[in-house]
Amino acid sequence: MSFRATRRFVTVAFLAGAALLAACSGKSGSDSGAPAGQPPQVQLLNVSYDPTRELYEAINPKFAAQWKAQTGQDVKVNMSHGGSGKQARAVIDGLDADVVTLALAYDIDEIAKKSNALPAGWQARLPHNSAPYTSTIVFLVREGNPKGIKDWGDLVKPGVSVITPNPKTSGGARWNFLAAWAYAKQKFGSDAAAQDFVKKLYGNVPVLDSGARGSTTTFVERGIGDVLLAWENEAFLAQKQLGQGKFEIVVPSISILAEPPVAVVDANARRHGTGKVAEAYLKYLYTPEAQEIIARNYYRPIDPAVQAKHAAEFPKVNLVTIDGAFGGWQAAQKRFFADGGVFDTIFAAARK
Amino acid sequence: MTPRLPHQSRGLQLTLILCALVFIGFFLLLPLVAVFAEALAKGFGTYTAALVDPDALSAIELTLLVAAISVPLNVVFGLCAAWAIAKFDFRGKSVLCTLIDLPFSVSPVVAGLVYVLLFGAQGWFGPWLIDHGVRIIFAVPGIILATILVTFPFVARELIPLMEEQGRTDEEAALALGASGFRTFLRVTLPNIKWGLLYGVLLCNARAMGEFGAVSVVSGHLRGLTNTMPLHVEILYNEYNFAAAFAVASLLALLALVTLVLKTSLEWKFGYSHGSTR
Repeated sequence: MSFRATRRFVTVAFLAGAALLAACSGKSGSDSGAPAGQPPQVQLLNVSYDPTRELYEAINPKFAAQWKAQTGQDVKVNMSHGGSGKQARAVIDGLDADVVTLALAYDIDEIAKKSNALPAGWQARLPHNSAPYTSTIVFLVREGNPKGIKDWGDLVKPGVSVITPNPKTSGGARWNFLAAWAYAKQKFGSDAAAQDFVKKLYGNVPVLDSGARGSTTTFVERGIGDVLLAWENEAFLAQKQLGQGKFEIVVPSISILAEPPVAVVDANARRHGTGKVAEAYLKYLYTPEAQEIIARNYYRPIDPAVQAKHAAEFPKVNLVTIDGAFGGWQAAQKRFFADGGVFDTIFAAARK
Repeated sequence: MTPRLPHQSRGLQLTLILCALVFIGFFLLLPLVAVFAEALAKGFGTYTAALVDPDALSAIELTLLVAAISVPLNVVFGLCAAWAIAKFDFRGKSVLCTLIDLPFSVSPVVAGLVYVLLFGAQGWFGPWLIDHGVRIIFAVPGIILATILVTFPFVARELIPLMEEQGRTDEEAALALGASGFRTFLRVTLPNIKWGLLYGVLLCNARAMGEFGAVSVVSGHLRGLTNTMPLHVEILYNEYNFAAAFAVASLLALLALVTLVLKTSLEWKFGYSHGSTR
């Protein structure tokens, strides 16, 4: 068979393939720009953590209405959800977020550090450490609490199966871990005892999902585990959506004050020309209207009036703070969750 | 019809057949039934509403687009590779064979991560691409690239054994009679392999539409923008929207069934059984 013909055929085929690819990347490249000749419409991408799906589904249309009334411009907010650490990684790798609304400040710090897309002092740009709401960690148990789980101490008993996501990828999981640590530290006094406690706890964990929602599904839908360590909002939501009376919320004696922060990713917003609307979007979260939606989605509002109105719905919990008990997220991340940190040590040991 | 072996008892035959049927029932039919039962659990109205939801429609559209681009490309690449390997001897042939199999042996997640490492903002080509306004990962091109990589072996792997079995004599005869290389390919090679090719295309298409792992890594999960059907199923499931999740899943199951029916009817119509030459 003639090699020239073969070669010609192969060349033609490859050129055709390359042309197709070029065509399709060209198409998506122009997607980010505003369509010419149409009424001004702007798109925002909000990259968020796992449990906020319902929250932003409720908030986005309200913000769009307000922005339209103020400026006459239509705004469409696109969403991406996943474990907080995983989402931060995606933004670092080029996911084109205009704003990030993640589970904890460290993940946004990482974006600032690794991609320089926003300044290191981002957290001071919005009130309340850039956290428009707070939450905490509670337990979700099955109907009637068959294992009699009352507090953290019950989680390390033999035969109790605990569901929590992976602290390496999930923000909620890191709050879970730190809350458990705070309990043990207060109860037993020493770091060594606390480490021993969390080691026992993670020895009781049969599966680590990558995000909080994955863990909830594991516990609620697949019926695995006796207790789910969950965001308070996630626990309320699971209880409401998946069967009243099938699950009970147990509030432990001590938990952690979680402050999920929000930030504009300046470099991306600048490139898209969405800086103004992105900032307005985040500021909107602090308005009484948005705070009310936040409270109805079981997150703890920071607006005093809305807080007072919903005070009865949120149990009083003795809360430690990340800054008070752990010296801030940078220190906590380095000590507990970095490669070779406490979590790696105890998890490797717990698996043995 | 088949000749009975001397030590074969009727009872043993029946038991084996029953075992096979129970196995098929449990592992193939039951899940299929479950998908449709869950999808229709809240009534036909909910079912259709889930499918015409804008996000679902865009997921279906994207899945079709991805398959429409990646399958033809893989047909071309697969044909080229199979033709080169089966009909020619050259140095590095075994290396090429191994490379073709690579997507089968590599986890799809790794296949996706490779593109993040190449085209991600921190990757080799990422900064340049971003400066020039080209989006590859967390956009449609990345999804297409990942799908092409993962589905690459289907056509080639289907064709190589078939072409090797057929040998080169037909082509050599055509060339001896003065046909050009390309004409030989069109008139001699292609007709010989058409059913094998079609089978490869069906498998390739099914995988292209159903791929989850690699696509999940490069998609960024933007609803309505970079969500394929399998990813959309996951999102709906994670949002406690089980009926809708299974409704979209049932479309994927239907695709599998259509593929199966197409394949069987082709075999029946043309008397082609998988693995035979003509």
